[in-house]
Amino acid sequence: MNIASTIFYFLEAVAALAAIGILIVRNVFYAALLLLITLLCIAGIYVLSFAEFIAVTQILVYAGGILVLIIFGIMLTSRISGKPLMVSNKYWFVAIPAGGFFFVLLVNLFLKQSYASSVSAPASGNTIQRMGVSLMRDFILPFEVAGILLLVALIGAAITASFMKKRGEDVSH
Amino acid sequence: MFPIEHVLVLSALLFSVGLMIVIMKRNAIMILLGVELMLNASNLNLVAFNTFHPGSLDGQFFALFVIIVAVCEAAVGLAIVLRAYQHYNTSAPDQITELKD
Repeated sequence: MNIASTIFYFLEAVAALAAIGILIVRNVFYAALLLLITLLCIAGIYVLSFAEFIAVTQILVYAGGILVLIIFGIMLTSRISGKPLMVSNKYWFVAIPAGGFFFVLLVNLFLKQSYASSVSAPASGNTIQRMGVSLMRDFILPFEVAGILLLVALIGAAITASFMKKRGEDVSH
Repeated sequence: MFPIEHVLVLSALLFSVGLMIVIMKRNAIMILLGVELMLNASNLNLVAFNTFHPGSLDGQFFALFVIIVAVCEAAVGLAIVLRAYQHYNTSAPDQITELKD
């Protein structure tokens, strides 16, 4: 067992344990921190799967952007009493069988196939250069559409969240 | 190095846990968190299967666009959660029942 395999198994175990921890904890803030651990471990797995650019994007966008947004959301929607925002588990008698059944189904489906023996390195060197050229040549339409989608969604989110209105007052900025 | 089955089983686990969170937790932010987990599980599969085709990067591009759409979803979803919280004083989706009968 070489060092890369050891790191891979470690990341895999930590990601799985942190994900199960999200299911168990009742404090929403702890759940957000556990999600951060899962996302960083997934970024490490991306690095080991020769997808460095996706790993960096994962860290920048998820760990840097979405997690901060979620933590802001938690702070803005908890009451001012100083107590942490707790969440109750309802419908667990539906959720556990549904999730467990889905997991067994997916694992059966995945392990029924036979795959090539192991993950291999990409043939030629600089992946990031190839990604950049391909993004500007083969994927230019999805790239532009994604840019417009981001612009529209972020303006919409800003406007949706910015009209703060007290009860009984008119809408104002 | 490592067999791909490990990545596939990990992504299946993450997707199932995300599904359980979406069904089980009674808070809109936790539901968004579960959706993020499910999107990450699908990304993991895309990147893992892309290693079978070292000459092409299509799986990684698909993962990249999934991340972009996830950002939009998180931003708009959290804005809606904030507005609903200001209006109803709760962030539990079960208690927002104005349209119910």
